[in-house]
Amino acid sequence: MTTTLETPPSPPPQSAMTPAKPSGSTRAPRGLVFLAGAVAVLLLVPLAFLVLEAVQYGWGAVVPKLFRQLTLSLLWNTISLSVVVTALCAVIGTLAAWCVERTDLPGRRIWAVLVVIPVGIPDFAVAFGWKSVFESVGGFGGAVLVMTFAVYPLVYLPVAASLRNADPGQEEVARSLGVGRYRTFWRVTVGQSRLAVMGGCVLVCLVVFAEYGAFEILGYRTFTTEIFSEFNTGFDTAAACALSLVLVLLSVAVLAGEAATRGRGGVSRIGPMAARLVRPQPLGRAKVPVLGAFVVLVALALGVPLGAIVYWLFAGTSSTLPPASVASAAWHTAFYAAAAGVLSTVLALPVALLSVRHPSWRAMTLERSTYLVLAMPGLVIALAFTYFSERYASGFLYQSAYLLIAAYAIMFFPLALVAVRSSVARAPASFEEIGRSLGRGRLAVLWSVTLPLVAPGLAAAFCLVFLEAVTELTATLVLIPTGAQTLSTQFWVFQTNGSYGQAAPYAALMILIAAVPSYVLGRWFDRLPSRATVPK
Amino acid sequence: MGRSRSVGALGAILVAGALLTACGSNSGATITLYNGQHPQTTEALVNAFEHESGITVQVRNDDEDVFANQIVAEGARSPADVIYTENSPPLEFLQQKHLLAPVAPSTLDHVPSKYNSPTGDWVGVSARVSVMIYNTTLLKADQLPASALDLADPQWKGKLAIAAGETDFQPIVSSVIRTNGEAAALRWLEALKANAGSHVYPDNETITSVVNSGQAAIGIINQYYWYREQVNVGASGMHSAIAYFAPGDVGYVINVSGAAVLKSSKHQADAQKFLAFVTSKQGQEIIGHGDSWEYPIGSGVSITPRGEVPLAQLRANPITVAELGDGAAAVALLQKVQLL
Repeated sequence: MTTTLETPPSPPPQSAMTPAKPSGSTRAPRGLVFLAGAVAVLLLVPLAFLVLEAVQYGWGAVVPKLFRQLTLSLLWNTISLSVVVTALCAVIGTLAAWCVERTDLPGRRIWAVLVVIPVGIPDFAVAFGWKSVFESVGGFGGAVLVMTFAVYPLVYLPVAASLRNADPGQEEVARSLGVGRYRTFWRVTVGQSRLAVMGGCVLVCLVVFAEYGAFEILGYRTFTTEIFSEFNTGFDTAAACALSLVLVLLSVAVLAGEAATRGRGGVSRIGPMAARLVRPQPLGRAKVPVLGAFVVLVALALGVPLGAIVYWLFAGTSSTLPPASVASAAWHTAFYAAAAGVLSTVLALPVALLSVRHPSWRAMTLERSTYLVLAMPGLVIALAFTYFSERYASGFLYQSAYLLIAAYAIMFFPLALVAVRSSVARAPASFEEIGRSLGRGRLAVLWSVTLPLVAPGLAAAFCLVFLEAVTELTATLVLIPTGAQTLSTQFWVFQTNGSYGQAAPYAALMILIAAVPSYVLGRWFDRLPSRATVPK
Repeated sequence: MGRSRSVGALGAILVAGALLTACGSNSGATITLYNGQHPQTTEALVNAFEHESGITVQVRNDDEDVFANQIVAEGARSPADVIYTENSPPLEFLQQKHLLAPVAPSTLDHVPSKYNSPTGDWVGVSARVSVMIYNTTLLKADQLPASALDLADPQWKGKLAIAAGETDFQPIVSSVIRTNGEAAALRWLEALKANAGSHVYPDNETITSVVNSGQAAIGIINQYYWYREQVNVGASGMHSAIAYFAPGDVGYVINVSGAAVLKSSKHQADAQKFLAFVTSKQGQEIIGHGDSWEYPIGSGVSITPRGEVPLAQLRANPITVAELGDGAAAVALLQKVQLL
């Protein structure tokens, strides 16, 4: 999400990750390195489980499961879906962000909130919505449709933030030099937001890799659905771990690809002092079609799942299932998700500080390695926690709220990192140096200078993790304290038994709980300039 | 400062939540049940057991196979006392890993031995039977095949729905392997896969709903899904019916849902009481009259769920629970044809 500008004539900067003048990149303090390292180790726990399991079963058992035609067809299913969904999300997210941030689109502030809310609707609820309204939705087309409308805000959010923060003068200069509107958009605007688009795309891609619930409902087979089948039907842990490792390798490839494009081209960062209020570009005759496009987008992304839920709420179905407590499930959901949001944000801070303030290939590798967890299916992460807690910690905290919260915090850590990292990158390091030069200690500077500067990023990190944790299902089923229910576990009980009428209130509450941080996120991005405009 | 106050408030909420969660446990005898059965079956049983025995049952819900894997990962310190599954293969899997304790002989005596673990490590609780479900607008009863093997015929192309990943499907595959051999079973599965095309679904609930809505014409399910769907959507919403295969057919299989006590359980006596209760006359009557729509199997209990063919009148294939085993051969075959 680092704000960038294309500056063709300038000499290549020292590193694409580096702020224009890396004055802060002195040797990293030991404490920071230690903390960030500890976080990275924690995040590699699920990977360690996979490797241990694979080694335990031996290559003899794993190889035949890996090298067969099914792996190829799953690879094709997974990759083609990720590519198409990522591309669509990139286009929808970027265009929507540009229209909201840079044009005189009527009702911008309302759109800014409405287009974000879909990220808070659980993917399996979106699939359930489409499926229960149009029964024929399914297969590749259905998966593309459902995932695109469920996750495009992961591109929209960083791009909107970077447009807020970028120098609009560049566009004005380009236009004044006679460059057409479309070329200006492509060369300057997209160029400015390239890192944000790429960052969002990586998140989308990894989330598609790990999605399970939606594809199960839609009947589309990917690596992740197959990993669940192997665990479930075959009790075949070796095969499940082997397939998970392939998924991890795929994610490494995606991250490496993103890092490679990050490094290419003359990309450097101009301080946030360039941000100022933008005179919105008039849409002119395009106003009506663009407005229409927004109505369609919101109707599809928000209207269909909400409509289905409202329909089932009122149509109702009788059920053979026992009734359950909505209030208790709502309380547990909000509590676990909020605690995970706090924990994840706290964990992300040292990694973000290290990678932004003290960039090096080591710091970058460490930072990148923490993204891998996003592509691992929730069930694998949960079983990893089960395994280590029971085998090496005498069952310490197993099936307690603490371990569940820790699992959430780790699963969704990359989302927190993206938000914290971008706001650390925006906060001028020079302020911290001034603090230090005035004789304040490192921790005092962190508390009184850095934290207030990055506070909005911390809030965004909390909200993103909260949103995802509210909807988590498969790890929750394994790790939740016995007797407790969350909205998603109770939704699952009803939905898998075909009791849509009983499932609907749980989905509605999930969306309601998720709408609050979505609204906060939308509003936060809407107010960014005043926050980000820091005189140097 | 507003921010620090809100941070403080958030902290207070989290601490309060942690305390509340910590205080949630109560004293008195408690057992933990890993419930892979449908909640509608378990809830009524658990409530009656708690009332009778004064023992509290903490219930976790998940798929039976996730539980089997979870128990293996948990090892000797598993918090589970009892596991209750929809089908016998997960119990056989755990038995082969030596993770189950022997069931009390008096409990095993509640149920005809053909429904129990061959080694006495788990007890049968209820039974279900595999049937055809067909859409009554698209198909007439006289067009139905006599055998599950006939579903391999190309005439079912685009009409058949299967749930290969569903645990209820493996027993039928095991049955075909037992009667016709592995090579024939492989050819049969390949033909089924070709006929099903894109109609490969994750579970029997989905098959029931797609056949009922006419997206597919025919499928194989366990009988109780159809009766539950009837409760869900009402008789007017049913556009499907169920039919039995020919007597003794490979597709006509009785599956047993069972329960076991974990060897690692620290509440062996209380856990055994739960098994004794669910197989007792009282427990079996709850299953027969409740919303489970499965067959009670206790000796001397002859209750048939409303509208169903009595268990004693079923002419199923004679395959035993021992022959069904943990379903490994079936799974290997399903993997071979790339359905898994």
